Amino acid sequence: MAEEKRSLTLNMGPQHPSTHGVLRLVLELDGEVVRRCEPVIGYLHTGIEKTAENLTYNQAVTVIDRMDYLSPLTNNLAYVLAVEKLLGITVPPRTRTIRVMFSELSRIASHLVWLGTAAMDMGAMSVFFYCFREREKILDLIEMTAGTRMNPSYFRVGGLLADLPDGFSDKLGALLDEFPTWLQNYRDLLGSNLLWVERLRGAAVISKEDALAYGLTGQTLRSTGVDLDLRKAQPYSGYEDFTFNVPVRQHGDAYDRYELRLEEMVESAGIVRQAIERLPDGPWHIDDWRIFPPDKHQHVERDMEALIYHFKLFTQGFKVPPGEAYQGVEGPRGEIGCYVVADGTARPMRVRVRAPSFYNLQSLPLMVKDRLIADLITAIGSIDIVLGDVDR
Amino acid sequence: MGSLEDRPFLLTSVDRMLRWAQKNSIWPAQFGLACCAIEMMSTAAARFDLARFGAEVMRASPRQADLMIVAGRVAQKMAPVLRQIYDQMPDPKWVISMGACASCGGVFNNYAILQGVDRVVPVDVYVPGCPPTPEQLLDGIIKLQQKITAGGIPANRGHALAQTAGRP
Repeated sequence: MAEEKRSLTLNMGPQHPSTHGVLRLVLELDGEVVRRCEPVIGYLHTGIEKTAENLTYNQAVTVIDRMDYLSPLTNNLAYVLAVEKLLGITVPPRTRTIRVMFSELSRIASHLVWLGTAAMDMGAMSVFFYCFREREKILDLIEMTAGTRMNPSYFRVGGLLADLPDGFSDKLGALLDEFPTWLQNYRDLLGSNLLWVERLRGAAVISKEDALAYGLTGQTLRSTGVDLDLRKAQPYSGYEDFTFNVPVRQHGDAYDRYELRLEEMVESAGIVRQAIERLPDGPWHIDDWRIFPPDKHQHVERDMEALIYHFKLFTQGFKVPPGEAYQGVEGPRGEIGCYVVADGTARPMRVRVRAPSFYNLQSLPLMVKDRLIADLITAIGSIDIVLGDVDR
Repeated sequence: MGSLEDRPFLLTSVDRMLRWAQKNSIWPAQFGLACCAIEMMSTAAARFDLARFGAEVMRASPRQADLMIVAGRVAQKMAPVLRQIYDQMPDPKWVISMGACASCGGVFNNYAILQGVDRVVPVDVYVPGCPPTPEQLLDGIIKLQQKITAGGIPANRGHALAQTAGRP
């Protein structure tokens, strides 16, 4: 009798501790080997793009925030820059530098969550506690500036929510001083841990050709040897003035991506230090009351005209001339882009987001085909998806 | 023979004893949806240390959990899954609705998001915020502990079930 080959169909998720959210995977297993993997998405579909159409341009910042919730500020940056492109305005240098600084801080915070959770997937619990302890310090800085820890909506069209508070640079300086010891800690915990190295090295491999064909960005692309970082390739918000390297690796495996993220954190910390050291004085928002609200104490409470502008801005918003604009920025996960279509009213006609996690997730079936199911866990961790970003 | 109070005894009822044990060993289901899940993780992590309240044992299987923290927005597609997870949890069980989205839909009043998780599961404690800070979640858990100590039925289940049945 011929031996019958049978495969087992296994449903993984949407509630599973290592799918990093509500990702569902339908697996076809042959023993412990994954023959087919089909991601099923949509369990966190929020309708953010549609909701943004019903909000004024500044209100839409709040929903864009909640997309990639590990790094809300880079979402903001893509959207705000796209709208500013449509309006044809340039923000003052101080605003640009503060935006760069906070984008890099949130990149570090995001990578810390990634490191903690990816290590937890591999069974290394304590890394999680270290990473979150240190992430709290970055969240403290965001909280003292924007008022909330997560989802701060700090970047606004034409400026920021507020200027940096007193004592910010001292606190940031202290953080940057102890930053190298954090990194050393993680390297000590993981880099010399044989379990970690063995499970990551050679797992979740993707070739350069596939990575390009699938439209991957971020570390998943850079681990295959492609040197693409939008901060260098298409500088925005004044990134061309900063000195930093874009680390690239060649193997395209999970270990490369881990190393890339650690090195990117070092580069990010370097950018933050440059930003705070040469933070220009001057205004932190544009001086146009039709777009950016006049200061409450300085103008609104004294000047009738300012009051009218303030009122009109918050009840009706500002009108954007018809047109369309796309702005991509390098988020912690890759290219996050905002495509905004304006029809001359105070609300966007269409907001479309190019979410890096969505594209990167497509590579998962390729990475895990004919590999062990344990490598699947490594693969999910290594591409660093955020389901809020995938489903929007 | 002296009174019992002088002896090394503690007099209580079985019910109170059980409630005391339940209150101090809440096992939440490890189940996050969106932004709030990250704050839930922060609550369990070093600074806020959920272990101080005996609730740090996050269980990946709903069958080992007795608290469901609905952390984040519940999409229409997720709602039946969420209900199934709730049904898989053994009694007695409690639900914390964490954040504005889980409580009432939050900023997402649209076609995709369930306008409040109490449409599919009975909720014991609502924690406001977008997302709530870890302190707020800790406060929610303390409130739940008080509720457990006070006794009674975990939440008005019959009512919530009737509500679910009434909705299309």
